[in-house]
Amino acid sequence: MNAHLKYASQSVATPYFVFALILFAGQILFGLIMGLQYVVGDFLFPAIPFNVARMVHTNLLIVWLLFGFMGAAYYLIPEESETELYSPKLAWILFWVFAVAGALTILGYLLVPYAGLAKMTGNDLWPTMGREFLEQPFVTKVGIVVVALGFLFNLGMTVLKGRKTVVNMVMMTGLIGLAVMFLFSFVNPDNLVRDKFWWWWVVHLWVEGVWELIMGAILAFVLIKVTGVDREVIEKWLYVIIAMALITGIIGMGHHYFWIGTPGYWLWLGSVFSALEPLPFFAMVLFAFNMINRRRRQHPNKAAALWAMGTAVMAFLGAGVWGFLHTLAPVNYYTHGTQITAAHGHMAFYGAYAMIVMTIISYAMPRLRGIGEAPSNKSQVLEMWGFWLMTIAMVFITLFLTAAGVLQVWLQRIPEDAQAMSFMATQDQVAIFYWLRLAAGVMFLAGLVVYFVSFAYQRDGAAEALPAGDSANA
Amino acid sequence: MAETFTKGMARNIYYGGSMFFVLLLLGLAWHTEKVIPERSNDLQLTESVVRGKLVWEQNNCIGCHTLLGEGAYFAPELGNVFVRRGGEESFKAFFKGWMAAQPLNVPGRRAMPQFNLSETEVDDLAEFLKWTSQINTNDWPPNKEG
Repeated sequence: MNAHLKYASQSVATPYFVFALILFAGQILFGLIMGLQYVVGDFLFPAIPFNVARMVHTNLLIVWLLFGFMGAAYYLIPEESETELYSPKLAWILFWVFAVAGALTILGYLLVPYAGLAKMTGNDLWPTMGREFLEQPFVTKVGIVVVALGFLFNLGMTVLKGRKTVVNMVMMTGLIGLAVMFLFSFVNPDNLVRDKFWWWWVVHLWVEGVWELIMGAILAFVLIKVTGVDREVIEKWLYVIIAMALITGIIGMGHHYFWIGTPGYWLWLGSVFSALEPLPFFAMVLFAFNMINRRRRQHPNKAAALWAMGTAVMAFLGAGVWGFLHTLAPVNYYTHGTQITAAHGHMAFYGAYAMIVMTIISYAMPRLRGIGEAPSNKSQVLEMWGFWLMTIAMVFITLFLTAAGVLQVWLQRIPEDAQAMSFMATQDQVAIFYWLRLAAGVMFLAGLVVYFVSFAYQRDGAAEALPAGDSANA
Repeated sequence: MAETFTKGMARNIYYGGSMFFVLLLLGLAWHTEKVIPERSNDLQLTESVVRGKLVWEQNNCIGCHTLLGEGAYFAPELGNVFVRRGGEESFKAFFKGWMAAQPLNVPGRRAMPQFNLSETEVDDLAEFLKWTSQINTNDWPPNKEG
């Protein structure tokens, strides 16, 4: 038995976390391939054309974050609910279903031409493929829904028989929202404007809506554990954060409705509400730092606390500041669909979602592995090196893409028809920034390797013989 | 936060605020749906345009290009390519030649795969791009380079 877990069934989180990190590594490798294709255009062509590499890069991101959220849920819901998971067996079955379906889909992308994959999977009958981030074949999308339903059933039954806390209720709301919004991926009207309008109900209402609830709940859980601050205080903060997230983010979706054929009032609604979207992320920064300053115990897992503060700060910078930079309609008119969008996307996803998953992994993994409430000092030092290398690399990636984007806007977007530079000519002009971005990408990979190596040393001299009460007091 | 601001108040703002904005979004979605046909020339949405959209999707064009600014940033914007490459007079001829010539095999240049589309498919795709160029996009993109 693992004495470091409050509930034995929490251990089903382990395969989810491990698989998430494996996919993360794959995501980074394909990111590097694309980074090189940006400057050496025919690299790996035609074996892995850019569109395939990108599909693998973004789909791996989505899937590893989903695995991370699921692992987080299997870990924290039993602990918050003060009861064993309803069915660890179901969690294991769904793990394999999702892992196999995910792996097959990625292999399909890599081994079969996309049109062939569409044909094989009957896309003609109910076309859903070939839209950004929703490239999965119909059968994979159905698989995602089935896995999500089983997952929500399992957790729902757990919460129902156990204690209801703000943390587990917000987590459940976020996860149910995630599943419900994904149903819009089956909506693909013939009219492109309609298609784009509903497409955002998956993409925006995930990342600027319900995922923020998931992020807030995980952050609150880890902060309760790491700081020992009174639950009442943390729960109040959590409510404030998610209230701001939804109040600004729901109508903030309008910032995607500026130029796709939707009516003009979205220019105003989208600008005003999305300009307020940094607020919940700013509140998360205040939240994390305040709680850690007011901590009532010195938790030995310093790395987990670093991730918790880091995710708040980087989410604020990436989603909040870099989002705000181009969210006002008069600015977005020039920046829409340039490298500025790419810059924002990279830092926002890393800061908010990659880092929150690594926060819960950092907190939970030593316990899941039966090591204790913290890994060895050496492991933590390595983990923090990984943190800083990846985070600083991401800052550089964002800055270089922003520079490329500003130059692109200047050359290609601002001049009149006759003077404007073509897309391809502009890309040549900004190539230096793509090279620098690639170098920063290599630095990110180095950080990832160091981060992975830290797991090998978690047990190394970690205080094995912890006081008997340890597993109980958090 | 002052002690006078309680957890219950925060919770009520969360429930009340999100409920209000969900309802507002539903209302706006209903109205937007109603005006989309007019803003997108729904009457011109022929069978060929619909088939062309499927060709667009099933070859993952969005994996390199943007369409109305959304997609990947590796290759040119195509929402206005109909206008940029000849319009009514010569777009179709240009497009047919372009699709047939891929990949261009210029060393080091970004390469577009050969998709082996049939003549009908190329024509449908052209119709789809033409229809897309006529959507009322609030005057975006700023110039013809997209």
